Amino acid sequence: MGFIEARDLRKIYTPKGAEPVHALDGLDLDVPEGTITAILGPNGAGKTTAVKVLTTLITPDSGTATIGGVNVLNRPEAIRPIIGVSGQYAAVDENLTGFENLDMVGRLYHLGARASRARARELIDLFELSEAQNRPVKGFSGGMRRRIDLAGALVTRPRVLFLDEPTTGLDPRSRLGMWDIIRSLVDGGTTVLLTTQYLEEADQLADDISVIDTGKVIAKGTADELKASVGGQRVELNLVTAENAAETVEIMRRLGTAEPAVSNDSRTVTVSVESGPEALRVVLAELSERNIALFDAGMRRPTLDDVFLRLTGHVATDESDDTTETASGRTRARKTT
Amino acid sequence: MTGTTATPRPPGVDAPQQPGALAGWFNDGWITTRRNLIKIKRVPDILVFTTLQPIMFVLLFTYVYAGVIEIPGSTYVDFIMAGIFAQTVVFGSTYSGSAMAQDLKDGIIDRFRTLPMSPSAVLVGRTNGDLLINSISMVVMMVTGFIVGWRIHSSFLEAVAGVALLLLFAYALSWVMALLGMMVRSPEVINNVSFLILFPLTFISNAFVPAESLPEPLRTFALWNPVTALVQAARELFGNVPPGTPVGDSWVQQNPAIAVLVGVTVILLIFVPLAVRRFSQVTSR
Repeated sequence: MGFIEARDLRKIYTPKGAEPVHALDGLDLDVPEGTITAILGPNGAGKTTAVKVLTTLITPDSGTATIGGVNVLNRPEAIRPIIGVSGQYAAVDENLTGFENLDMVGRLYHLGARASRARARELIDLFELSEAQNRPVKGFSGGMRRRIDLAGALVTRPRVLFLDEPTTGLDPRSRLGMWDIIRSLVDGGTTVLLTTQYLEEADQLADDISVIDTGKVIAKGTADELKASVGGQRVELNLVTAENAAETVEIMRRLGTAEPAVSNDSRTVTVSVESGPEALRVVLAELSERNIALFDAGMRRPTLDDVFLRLTGHVATDESDDTTETASGRTRARKTT
Repeated sequence: MTGTTATPRPPGVDAPQQPGALAGWFNDGWITTRRNLIKIKRVPDILVFTTLQPIMFVLLFTYVYAGVIEIPGSTYVDFIMAGIFAQTVVFGSTYSGSAMAQDLKDGIIDRFRTLPMSPSAVLVGRTNGDLLINSISMVVMMVTGFIVGWRIHSSFLEAVAGVALLLLFAYALSWVMALLGMMVRSPEVINNVSFLILFPLTFISNAFVPAESLPEPLRTFALWNPVTALVQAARELFGNVPPGTPVGDSWVQQNPAIAVLVGVTVILLIFVPLAVRRFSQVTSR
């Protein structure tokens, strides 16, 4: 039983002259009240479509969706007062100032003139928007627009907050700030559904994660449960030259619980092991005996990257993303030779 | 974004009790209208365009064509002004089309559609914006017209009725354009579409030359063209129809003002619901 509940949502788009796309292909979601659930998936997995259905923007071909027991599809007017939404692209009026944008949203939530202005000022402070307070949004950076849009989702204290890739396009500091705000809202009882491509974001924020691919949930659980499902610890080596790859794989195969994985450039070799510290010690000793030079060697717990790779057979993001690089739990021994 | 973790209580106020449908409609319509008024203030191009272009048209038509086109029993200035009024306000209705397309492109429609606001409010605000722009254009054109010799030969009330009729017709067209704006993929497309529709509509009419002087089949088109009825009605209400001009024998030609009112009502009855329905279904990207 979730506060947000979706059952068997299906939505097919047929672009002109192309095969039909199953944007949602039997999606189920349950988000308990006062928790954060992350929908994690690559571009085109159906994340935005799912959010659009739940925020009354589009009607699915079939399936049901309720928020707090209220049917989203039949009674959108009962849903809209209690939700806050920030879409994937900043939905701001370019000709209005930051203040005017937020004031307008408040007035359209029917807060009244005075409360809307007061709230707009609070949000300007909270999101550090003073620069854009009295100047038209036009001409401000994407990050600034994004923050105004996120502030727009918080004009009221929504019972349910939908965030479609909330920190895409934010600098790292703003991202951490956004996480703080989301956590404080949840402490106050707000239910949050967010989508993200960033595994780290799901890991940091979410009580529950639903991994989706091609329009349906392919795995769900807490970050720890998902990581545990991939099992064990990892030893990862970065080689100085690719020529040593074969030899290194040979050594790691003996220690690993599964076949070692080699990166495309043959410079990074990873293997699952029973005991990380033990395996790392042995590997480093063997490599140094054979004079194989390393840039970097370390052990790490499985990340959601590993989960995603295992579940879907492809990586979550197209390009390697610096936020996932710094993901939790890496111990590094620099420049071991 | 600092200091948020220190406060256990999350920011914000709970959503208030939502107002009744009518009170909500007035509030939302006013807020979205205000949004468009701010835009007119912030984007001076709109205001420059809406004032300079009518001045240019008045001057061009009165000085370039005045010597060529003869209107028996009247001056060309008196004849042409209703035509320029009609053409300008009709083109003024296209802002709603491009603005709706732009809103869709910018994604702000998604924001509006997830707010507990009246589903017609964005369109009401948008078409109100056109109405204001057109009202400004009308004032500018009338002043310019007076300077170059245009005179109203009717009562004050009739003249006011003439202005109201022109604005009302354009207002109804704004709703049509708003609907089109939500059906195309980009603001550029809607500009081309509206020009394709509006140029024939305004030029194959009695706006600049008497419809009777046009060759067939343009003449038939012109006689049935709603813009012809509008221009004819405006001309009559401003007292700019030369005495002794033969009146056509169709009902529309004899009652152009009523015909325009009927037309406006029909357009609004069809296109307001269509536009509102479309608005409740569109989403950005």
